[in-house]
Amino acid sequence: MSAPTPTNIPPAPQAPRPSDDPSRPKLRRLDTKQAATSEPRWFQRVLIGVALLYLFLLLFVPLITVFASALEKGVAAYLHSFSDPDTLFSIRLTLLIAAIAVPLNLTFGVAASWAIAKFEFWGKNLLTTLIDLPFAVSPVVSGLIYVLLFGKQGWMGPLLDRHDIKIIFAVPGIVLATIFITFPMVARELIPLMEEQGKEEEEAARTLGASGWQTFWHVTLPNIKWGLLYGVILTNARAMGEFGAVSVVSGHIRGMTTTLPLQVEILYNEYNYVQAFSAASLLCFLALLTLAAKAVVEKRVERSANATVLK
Amino acid sequence: MSEVLTTARPEAKARPAGKKKKHPSVIPGFGLTMGFTVLYLSLVVLIPLSAIFVKASHLTWPELVNILTDKQVLLAFRLSFLTAAAAALVNGVFGLLVAWVLVRYKFPGRGFLDSMVDLPFALPTAVAGIALCAVYAETGWIGAILEPLGIKVAYTSLGVTLALIFIGLPFVVRTVQPVLEDLDKEVEEAATSLGASRLQIFTKLILPAVAPSLFTGVSLAFARALGEYGSVIFISGNLPMKTEIVPLIIVSKLEQYDYAGATAVACIMLVLSFSLLLGINLLQKWAGGASRAR
Repeated sequence: MSAPTPTNIPPAPQAPRPSDDPSRPKLRRLDTKQAATSEPRWFQRVLIGVALLYLFLLLFVPLITVFASALEKGVAAYLHSFSDPDTLFSIRLTLLIAAIAVPLNLTFGVAASWAIAKFEFWGKNLLTTLIDLPFAVSPVVSGLIYVLLFGKQGWMGPLLDRHDIKIIFAVPGIVLATIFITFPMVARELIPLMEEQGKEEEEAARTLGASGWQTFWHVTLPNIKWGLLYGVILTNARAMGEFGAVSVVSGHIRGMTTTLPLQVEILYNEYNYVQAFSAASLLCFLALLTLAAKAVVEKRVERSANATVLK
Repeated sequence: MSEVLTTARPEAKARPAGKKKKHPSVIPGFGLTMGFTVLYLSLVVLIPLSAIFVKASHLTWPELVNILTDKQVLLAFRLSFLTAAAAALVNGVFGLLVAWVLVRYKFPGRGFLDSMVDLPFALPTAVAGIALCAVYAETGWIGAILEPLGIKVAYTSLGVTLALIFIGLPFVVRTVQPVLEDLDKEVEEAATSLGASRLQIFTKLILPAVAPSLFTGVSLAFARALGEYGSVIFISGNLPMKTEIVPLIIVSKLEQYDYAGATAVACIMLVLSFSLLLGINLLQKWAGGASRAR
C-alpha cells in the first residue's frame, strides 16, 4: 500500500560510515514521527481526504440539502409549513403509532432476551434467527403480508367486513406494519449484552432471597439500562420513520392514514418542495438525535465496562 | 436497520464457551418470558409471513411462471440485482477505506464522522430519497455539475445505484471496523522488522484478516439493497421497464389489485432474502471462526 518513495526518506549523510559497508544489509530509515506499522504522512492524508470527500458527498450534502431546501423561502415559510392541518395531523399520527409500537416491542424485547440469555434450551439458535427475520424482509413485503391477512381479499377480510372493522388502509394496519418492522430491535440490542453479563448476579440475588421481580428490577435492569435505552431510541426512530411497509398498508388517505414520512412523499410529489423538506427536516432532527443518543450511550457503556474492570 | 450496528461489535466477545448445566436454574421466569416470546413472535411475524406462502400456493405453476416471466418483472429483477451488486461492490471498497481511516488515523472530527456513518440507518428512507433526488437532479447541487459532463444520475439506473450505496454504507463500515480494531499490531511489527513493505503487509496480513467480515458486510449491504424501497423510488423516477425495481413492481401490482401477481413476486423476494440471510449467517460463523483461530 505504501511503497517507500524517495521523497520521504531523508538524504543519506555524506560522510562514510561503517553502515555504508556494502556487505551489510541496508536498513530502511524511517521518519522519526512515523511508527514502523503506519503509512507515510502524505499517504494518510490522501486516504483521509478521499474518505472525507466520499462521506461528504454521500451523507452531508443530502443532509444539508434537506435543511437548505426547507429554508429556501425563509424561516417564516419554514414555520408556516407546520401550520398545514394535514402535516400537523401526520405528526400526531406518527407520535401515536410510535407510542403504541415502542412499548409493545420493548416488552417483547426484554422478555425474549431474558429467556434467551439467562436459560439454556433446545432451539435457541433457531429462535434467535426467527426473531431476526423482519430485518431480512423487504419493507414492501412486510406491508404486503398484512394486506394478505386483513385486506378485503385476505384471510380475515370477510370476517372483519362483517364486523365493520378496518385494519388495512386504516391506523391498525399501520401500527401492525410498524411493529413488524421494529420487532427485533430491542431484543438484538439486549441479547448480546445480557449474554455477556451472564447470570451469576441474578443467581446471587435469588440465593439471598430476592423475588423474581426484585431480581429483575434491582439487579438486571441497572445492568442493561443503557443498552435498553438505546434499543428504545432506535425502535422509536425506525417506528417514526418507516416508509415502505407503512406506505403499502396505509392507502395514503389524507388526514386519516398519512404518517409524517408519507406526508413528505405526498408533498414532494405535489411539487410542494418547501413544505416537503420542512416536514423532512423534523425527521432529520429525529435521526440526528438518535445518532447523538447512540454516541452518549456508547460512552456510558464503555465507562461502565471500565468501571467493572477496575472493580 | 441495525443488524450490524448491534451484533457485529459484541459478538466477538459475547458467548462464553458452552457452560451447560443440566440442573434447574434458580432464575425464575423462563415459562413466562419464553411463552410470551413465542406467542408474540408467532402473532407478529410467523403467521403473517406464512400468509404469503399460503397465498402463493393457491397459484398454479403456469400462472406463477406466467407472472414471473413477464418482461416488466424480469427487467425489474435484472435492475435490482445489477444495481444492488454494483452498490455493494462500491461500498465494499469505500466502506473498507472509511473503516480503515476511522480506525487507524487520527484527525480532527473523527468521532463525529464515526457517528455520522450510521446516518443511513437512522434517517427515514423517504427523507433520504427526496434529499438524494434533490441533490442529483439536473437542477441540484451535484446534478448541475454532472449534467454538462453528460452524466445523468437522477431517473437512471445510476441514480438507483447511488441510493443503494447510501443505504448500504454503514453495513460494510460497521462489520469491518471491529475486526480492524482487534487486529494484532505485533504481527504487523514483526512483519515490518522482517522486511515486509506496507503494501505486502496490507495484502498478505490485513486483507486476509478482514476478508470474512468484508464479505459479510458486502452481502448485508446487497441483501438490504435488494429490498430497499423508500430511498430509491424518488431518484429512480420509476420509468416503466427502465428504472423499476422489484419492490416497486410489488407495490404497483397491489395498486392494480393484482394480489396474485404481487404475492408471486414477493414470494421470490422472500426466498431470495432468506437464502441470503442463511448465507450471511454461515459467513459470520466463518468470520467468527477465522478471528478465533488467529
